[in-house]
Amino acid sequence: MSGRQPNDSIRLSRRRFLQVLATTGGALMVGIRMAEATDAPLPPALLGDTFYDLGAYVRIDVDGNVLIGARDPDTGTGVATALPRIIADELDADWNRVSVLPLGLGVSDNNGQPQWTYGHQVGGTGSSIPAAWRDLRQVGAVARWLLLQAAARRLGVPANRLRCESGTVITPDGRRVTYGSLATDASQIALPGSLPALKNPASYQLIGQPCGDVDAHDIVTGLARYAIDQHDGDALVAVLVHCPWPDGNLVRVDTTDALAIKGVIKVVQLKPEPGQPWGSTVIAPAVAVLAENTWAALRGRAALKLEWKPGASGNQSSNELEQQALAVLGGQAEPTRRVRDDGNFDAAGKKAARRLGATYIQPWQAHVTAEPMNCLVRLDKDRASLVVPTQAPQKAWAVVQRLTGLAPAQIDIRVPRVGGGYGRRLDHDFVAEAVMLSMAVNKPVQLLWTREQEFTHDYYRPGCVHQLTAIIDRKRQLTGWNQRMVSASALAMRGVADDRLWTSELQAEQLPAGLIPNYRSDWYAQATAMPRGPHRGMPHVTNAFAVESFIDEVAHLMREDPLKTRLRVLGKPRQLPLGDHRMLDIGRLRNVLQLVADRIEWKNWLRTVNGLGIACWHVDGAYVAHAIEAAMQGEKLIIQRVVCAVDVGRVINPLGLEGQVAGATLDALSTALNPAITFRNGQVQQHSYKDYPLASMAQLPNDVEVITVPGERTPSGASFLAMPTAAPALANAVFRASAVRVRRLPLMKELLRLL
Amino acid sequence: MAYVQAQIPSSKHAGNGVPGKTADGIDLLINGEHYLHTGDPQMPLLWYLRDILRLTGTKYGGEHGENGADLVLIDGKAASAINQAVSALAGKPVITVEGLAANDGTLHPLQQAFIDEDAIGCGYCTPGWLIAGVDLLRRKPRPDDDDIDQLPNLCRCGCQTRVRRAIKRAAAGKAGQP
Repeated sequence: MSGRQPNDSIRLSRRRFLQVLATTGGALMVGIRMAEATDAPLPPALLGDTFYDLGAYVRIDVDGNVLIGARDPDTGTGVATALPRIIADELDADWNRVSVLPLGLGVSDNNGQPQWTYGHQVGGTGSSIPAAWRDLRQVGAVARWLLLQAAARRLGVPANRLRCESGTVITPDGRRVTYGSLATDASQIALPGSLPALKNPASYQLIGQPCGDVDAHDIVTGLARYAIDQHDGDALVAVLVHCPWPDGNLVRVDTTDALAIKGVIKVVQLKPEPGQPWGSTVIAPAVAVLAENTWAALRGRAALKLEWKPGASGNQSSNELEQQALAVLGGQAEPTRRVRDDGNFDAAGKKAARRLGATYIQPWQAHVTAEPMNCLVRLDKDRASLVVPTQAPQKAWAVVQRLTGLAPAQIDIRVPRVGGGYGRRLDHDFVAEAVMLSMAVNKPVQLLWTREQEFTHDYYRPGCVHQLTAIIDRKRQLTGWNQRMVSASALAMRGVADDRLWTSELQAEQLPAGLIPNYRSDWYAQATAMPRGPHRGMPHVTNAFAVESFIDEVAHLMREDPLKTRLRVLGKPRQLPLGDHRMLDIGRLRNVLQLVADRIEWKNWLRTVNGLGIACWHVDGAYVAHAIEAAMQGEKLIIQRVVCAVDVGRVINPLGLEGQVAGATLDALSTALNPAITFRNGQVQQHSYKDYPLASMAQLPNDVEVITVPGERTPSGASFLAMPTAAPALANAVFRASAVRVRRLPLMKELLRLL
Repeated sequence: MAYVQAQIPSSKHAGNGVPGKTADGIDLLINGEHYLHTGDPQMPLLWYLRDILRLTGTKYGGEHGENGADLVLIDGKAASAINQAVSALAGKPVITVEGLAANDGTLHPLQQAFIDEDAIGCGYCTPGWLIAGVDLLRRKPRPDDDDIDQLPNLCRCGCQTRVRRAIKRAAAGKAGQP
């Protein structure tokens, strides 16, 4: 570490500082550090000289190569590409010279409390891009400013007369100096007192331009190492059998045959820790087999003789929960939570010219990530080293810390590219399992779940029932809307206050709230021991299916074009307050709706032989609409065409965005068409892809036409934006094609029942 | 796992060049290299590749290979690596995703087409799609949509439309072109 002046950080916010450092090799590094408001930033001499420990995001080497750290786990969302490009653009880096490094968890020790080096690190929740837009541009801008100052001194030209282009500083008379040759000098320059100006968006070179996945070459050559692909010397492979009932117990275990298998080392029992919330301890009692390799472990697992007994949940079934929900909706019980109550729905009902009601039933769903749960852990006396496929490394850290009692910075969590998240990897039961097993055998452990466990032991998306009622007055105006929803909250058993449990199930501001004068939304809680948790696109996905199907039913009742009904309900382009100072931009929502309608030639809506369906939604300041053309060939559903329009504000990587939108569309269609989790006698009945069929290539549309609205607003996340509207647009198209209104998912089973 | 290091160097190039089961173990031909497997002959190829050879491009997808993540080429045909005991593979050439590119690193046209089309979600199941696609292109150099529909792979990220484009691009000889 070279001797820098103390003034080498700039405050970004109350607790966050930009910091510049030089490495022993002469490279320039710029990063962000967290600090207490009252603290002076840490002097660099106290910091380590490695990329990981610095909170550094960008390193410019003397040879001109640029290394940029990717803060948030990439579960297939493209953030490992998009986030570094935000930095690289502000830096005016040559993208061909940029390598990207997944940063892993950044944590330091602040008097025994964790201090997060990179701020909040989370992937797959749609928050990465908006957060990066707030802070990562500054990292690139500061590095660029330093390089300009260094060039100004060397060339004797004022910095404001120099310009940067693709890793080079250029003088007005055309002289060029590369970033690499300036890196060492730049690292010695004190930062300005305030943040340097960000680029004018008109001069963006990378932001807004398409870019392929940074890991693509490694992935297609099989060299990309996911957590499941990492090895650690003498680590034992652990596989386990979970109790079929989350609250059940092990009655008998005979390990003789298992231990007789060559390579099997030990059999260990695990139990959920009482009082720990879902997602942070073992999901169900389990017996683990630890062996020298996976094959021996799996043979040992198969040779276990186990007898389990059910707990209190042993008689519950998904069917019974559904019946119970329907009974609740059939009665007049007070809701667990009145989520919203605009105007007076009851009074509006008395003036109804027409009234329409419908009930929508949606099943439980599993996550089924491509890469199964796994975790590599090595525990030493004063150190824990883990490789974890996680969406939220800070939550993984908390589990490790609780189980090991280690100090914050003694826990090292690496997060390579992750094979799918969908919310499953916001939970860390599997990390608890791996740590417990490693402690039990006093060796490094590589835990691997079998595919079957991904179906039978998950924090599922709970099933739900929606009852919707619409009031239409004599002037054909939609004057009243009542949504009553029953579900078992995905936030239960997680230390969340009872009066917040509804927030995982529906939103107070979801469509058509704010657009109908008498709008009421009620939620009724159900209780079950079946584990639940976050799931991709929730609670938008289930609510959009019910709401956007029902608005079509309203249009049908009024004998109106469902596009026109929607536009009529939305009204004129305007800003509609959503609460929390956020606004719903009706103009942007109308626009995406109109775009998909135009593209699919909605004007043929009544005439076409195939069915056309449409739906729109808004998610955290972003807007989405789908239009789908479907046809029935006997009992076969053909999805002919799918159009999706999104408005996310400024687009960082259009190729990445197109992939996310097409991907989420296919995921939503696949989820709606066939699979469902059911349980009987407390046991999940699906054990493989055969029982829980994701859509095959043949069942999915050949193409998804993605329309991206250009924009300059602060970018929104898009990892699940296209999930909510795909299924209702399909159900609406199916209605036009078959005259069958599907009010229960999975769609195909219900459609064939009703046809 | 110390035996791994001990096993690989001594077992490469199994000696007489005659494939098949030798007295010392099973001669396996993987990506053009011979390996002598001396462990459990019933070990599925998947775990041999991943645990013993550390060729981790072939992924674990499920107990029966239902999602296609564990596909490899055996005698040029796509097959699930978890359903193949190594004992049945003596003398049969196996190609994994690591073996699709040429020795000089030149990518197989389908690998290049996947990059061109950015046909990657999380990427975990991509090797399986590539093997299935290479197998399809071998059987049918100009596949139509119905042929592509027959691919057995599953993907929750929803990369299917881009995979379709990539296969068509490779079939049209346009891999690596703008």
